[in-house]
Amino acid sequence: MGIVRTKDLVYEYIKRDEDGNVEAVNKAVDNVNIDIEPGQFIAILGHNGSGKSTLAKHINALLLPTEGAVYVEDMSTQDEDKLWDIRQNAGMIFQNPDNQIIGTVVQEDVGFGPENLGVPTDEIWQRVGDALEAVGMTAYREYSPNKLSGGQKQRVAIAGVVAMKPKCIIMDEPTAMLDPNGRREVINTVMELNRKEKVTIILITHYMDEAARADKIFVMDKGKVVMEGTPREIFSQVEKMQAIRLDVPQATELAYMLNKSGIPVPQDVLTPEELVDELCRLY
Amino acid sequence: MSIILDKVNYIYGEGSGFVKHALKDVSLAVDKNEFIGLIGHTGSGKSTLTQIFNGLLRATSGDVYFNGDNIYDKDYDMKKLRSKVGLVFQYPEHQLFETTVFKDVCFGPKNLGLDKRECELRAFEALELVGMDKELFYNSPFELSGGQKRRAAIAGVIAMKPEVLILDEPTAGLDPQGRDEILDMVKAMHEQTQMTVILVSHSMEDVAKYVGRILVMNDGCLMYDDTPREVFAHYRELEKIGLAAPQVTYIMHALKERGMDVDTDAITIEEGFRSICKAFGR
Repeated sequence: MGIVRTKDLVYEYIKRDEDGNVEAVNKAVDNVNIDIEPGQFIAILGHNGSGKSTLAKHINALLLPTEGAVYVEDMSTQDEDKLWDIRQNAGMIFQNPDNQIIGTVVQEDVGFGPENLGVPTDEIWQRVGDALEAVGMTAYREYSPNKLSGGQKQRVAIAGVVAMKPKCIIMDEPTAMLDPNGRREVINTVMELNRKEKVTIILITHYMDEAARADKIFVMDKGKVVMEGTPREIFSQVEKMQAIRLDVPQATELAYMLNKSGIPVPQDVLTPEELVDELCRLY
Repeated sequence: MSIILDKVNYIYGEGSGFVKHALKDVSLAVDKNEFIGLIGHTGSGKSTLTQIFNGLLRATSGDVYFNGDNIYDKDYDMKKLRSKVGLVFQYPEHQLFETTVFKDVCFGPKNLGLDKRECELRAFEALELVGMDKELFYNSPFELSGGQKRRAAIAGVIAMKPEVLILDEPTAGLDPQGRDEILDMVKAMHEQTQMTVILVSHSMEDVAKYVGRILVMNDGCLMYDDTPREVFAHYRELEKIGLAAPQVTYIMHALKERGMDVDTDAITIEEGFRSICKAFGR
């Protein structure tokens, strides 16, 4: 049984006029069924407005289904008694770190989560130290967050979630504001949490190279899951991806173009190394 | 010449416990009608530099000239400078506030003291320039999609008719199509208006595709100032400072190392594609 499951999930944003009459109903999530195994690294792709973030917000009960159900560790998100268990098990990271940092000193901000869980003080400090180490921010533990750059703040925000030791972390475009180095560090940190600590990761991203490292990708369009598979299965369908306004990694796109012009490179290459190997084999 | 920086230094928090030397002896000249990419890892001084350009920050030492005038002269009109050097911040849509898109775009020119007719004329032109759908002009800016909101916010700066437009990460958080649309729009605008554009970006692929010159900031210093091809040829040095070349450049270098006769200067997919096809005799 999966750690995160949705069953026939529907979510409608209802727009009302001044008198409270329904003006429009927008189905942001439309009959979604997903089942995520513990320890998986999942990427969710889709253009803006495809329903990715709405889906993500259901996983830690920030939004509740209009129809259907969402289960985290077999607890329904509609079960109010389980709300805090669900939120501790499913941590969430948003795009803008400024909205997630509340402490005046980095280490206090990171300690806020475990403190609220009632973790003993010694262990809080242990967790804060470990979490900051994991995101490479140990040197900044006594800084004021407002002295940090956006990328550094994001790593602090991630440390804050990591310190709560959730089984699953949902990340909504966590690297959108970071530079290549910051992105690499965050993604490597995320991979490490996934591989070593077996934390289930659900990553929403527009960066195809990040998605290429996932175990499995869900592609959303108009509120529905329209594609589901390994990165290789998904990205080899270049035309289909472009039709729903998404990119594929540069190496895959180049392979596709070369293939079309008669150089028989397989279309499911994902990385520069694979493309180089294939081309050298053909040369 | 539109902007010249002469040995500009900027130090944050001087005299406090958090001194940071954010710009170190930066000297450069930005000409009219250039399309420049400004790259550097987080904290390298990019944002500080953009704020020096339009006088939001005053250099700790050094001078800044705009169209030949020293902007630190006592009687220099800073307000005018800020209308001439337009700065579009990250996530500019957070600054939308008016009841309609059109009114929001009028806000800038209104603050320049222009009459209503001129404000509206400029707002109209600016919205056309950013490719905003006419049907959306009188909608609430908060009902627009992410990409459209960003266009509206950029139009608000364009309506001030700046000579230099600085965009700080204009594509952050947009999906691939939204990103291409915004950058194509900026490029078209640059060609139409002869405006100088400075694009601050973390995406090497975007920078490679659009700009004619790249400024690389590292630890407060201007490390490279050259064409994209020349800058990305230093891809190993770029990696050391937390940047990278476009993925295609790596592919080309790896192919060359393994004996294929390809052009290692290729920095866009199309260039890489053409070069590989040529190597295969097609």
